[in-house]
Amino acid sequence: MNQQQSVLYDNPGPRARRLTLIGSVIAVIGVVAFAYFLVYRPLDESGQFTMEKWGPLVDPDNEVFSLVWARIRDGFVATLTAAGLAIVGSLVVGLALAVLRVQLKALRERRFVGLPAPAALGLRVLSWLLNTITRFCVEVFRGLPVVITIFFVATALPDLGVDLGDRLWYLVIGLTIYNSVVIGEIMRSGMEGLPGGQREAALACGLSSFQITRMILLPQALRIMLPALISQLVVVLKDTSLGFIIGYEEVLRVSAFLIGNLENPIQVYAVVGAIYILLNYLLSKLAEYVQRRLARGRKTKGLPPIAVMTPARAGADGSGAA
Amino acid sequence: MSVLVDNFDVFAGGLWVTLQLCVFAAIGALLIGTLVAVLRISPVPPLQWIGTAYVTVFRNCPLTIVLFFSAFVLPALGSNADFLRIPGLSSISTRLGNELPYFRFVIIALSLYTAAFVCEAIRSGINAVSPGQAEAARAIGLTFTQNLRLVVLPQAWKSAIVPLGSVIIAMIKNSALAGFFGVVGDLTSSGTNLTSQGGEAIIPVFVGISLGFLLLTVPLGLLLDRVERRRAVGVR
Repeated sequence: MNQQQSVLYDNPGPRARRLTLIGSVIAVIGVVAFAYFLVYRPLDESGQFTMEKWGPLVDPDNEVFSLVWARIRDGFVATLTAAGLAIVGSLVVGLALAVLRVQLKALRERRFVGLPAPAALGLRVLSWLLNTITRFCVEVFRGLPVVITIFFVATALPDLGVDLGDRLWYLVIGLTIYNSVVIGEIMRSGMEGLPGGQREAALACGLSSFQITRMILLPQALRIMLPALISQLVVVLKDTSLGFIIGYEEVLRVSAFLIGNLENPIQVYAVVGAIYILLNYLLSKLAEYVQRRLARGRKTKGLPPIAVMTPARAGADGSGAA
Repeated sequence: MSVLVDNFDVFAGGLWVTLQLCVFAAIGALLIGTLVAVLRISPVPPLQWIGTAYVTVFRNCPLTIVLFFSAFVLPALGSNADFLRIPGLSSISTRLGNELPYFRFVIIALSLYTAAFVCEAIRSGINAVSPGQAEAARAIGLTFTQNLRLVVLPQAWKSAIVPLGSVIIAMIKNSALAGFFGVVGDLTSSGTNLTSQGGEAIIPVFVGISLGFLLLTVPLGLLLDRVERRRAVGVR
């Protein structure tokens, strides 16, 4: 913020400072007036601030207070369980996918010299085919809304005779499909953004292509892309809220149940939303902290601009979904 | 797969409604997002706080909750989102004239939610302008607004266009939620109606829905890749 200000403005002199102060006062008055006349008053008139509506959520003496909070806690535990499983799943599958795609790309560049011509041709066709298939899958699953993926998994799997019992698994599978593709692309662009010399040096040392990926490229890419990965985790956590569509008992479904009994939708959603915001805010603060640590630890010797730019492109800018 | 051919009009209609939803929400998100970005870079601290608070809240809140809020709070505020029923528009797009307010609620929620990401994309664009440019502009005596209008924003816009594009793609995907929130006739709801009421097989219907969304997102993504690559070449 400070750095940006120094770019756009000169250091304020007495006049600019006075203007800023006047502007601040006007802005505060404006905001307060807006909040009072356009938000508080109408809400108050429609009776949204009565203890009848807020009591179950904020008043410990209310007879349903502990029941309500027990339900909300259970809901969040269910949400976090799904998020945790989906995060682990998408990290594992995403890493595997990234390694696979980098390997396939390396394979495509090989000409299989030394093998008889038909075998070499066959291998090249095979590598081309695998490359195209993975590329296609990535594009499709990245382009699909995650709601559709989850809903599809939850309705089509039982239809095909695969019954997983708990609805949790449908949610986890749906989230994993979408996010592993995104994480795979983040990791892949991280590996491809590394300076070419890394790979060439490793080749010169006699490492095989898989060893290069595992020992040279992956660790560095993980480090560069860690902030992008963490912000993708925020997306996963937010997306677990889609579980209520397929009937998973996570916090939104619990809220819907509470609202059915208490008839205070605004209040319940305000509380649940606030908890979500707090959780995700802490996660993104963690990402910022990690980023700062990394920036300090490594005196960025010309990190390739691509590697820095791509996280935004790869969908880690919170695109994801919900 | 005959489901796809037989119900082609259903899918086409759904795609049309989803497209309308996306266009309106994109316009709203770009407007609000630009406004929030202006707040965040303004010299007045309270305005900066508002901008920051806005982004923090909407970026960390699931879209589902934003949707619920727009559907519950707006009526409590005494508004049925009627201000979105702009006369000229409702004659062009039949959906806006429809009595059910959910279409407008979803537009509002999608715009508000996406605006936070739009703001960040624009701000990252402004950050990408090299400080020397703004300093030089100040040195030749341009005022703040001239500086923004003539020097910083044109360059910021250029580097913001790719992140903005991915934000819009994400918004299109997010609009799939609309069908679960009472918007009738969009791609999701018309598709799922086919399976739940029409008793059609699930998989072909989902292929249809997916094709609809891919039709909207993949060309945009390819276009963005192209812009990005061209610029990467141009910079060198």
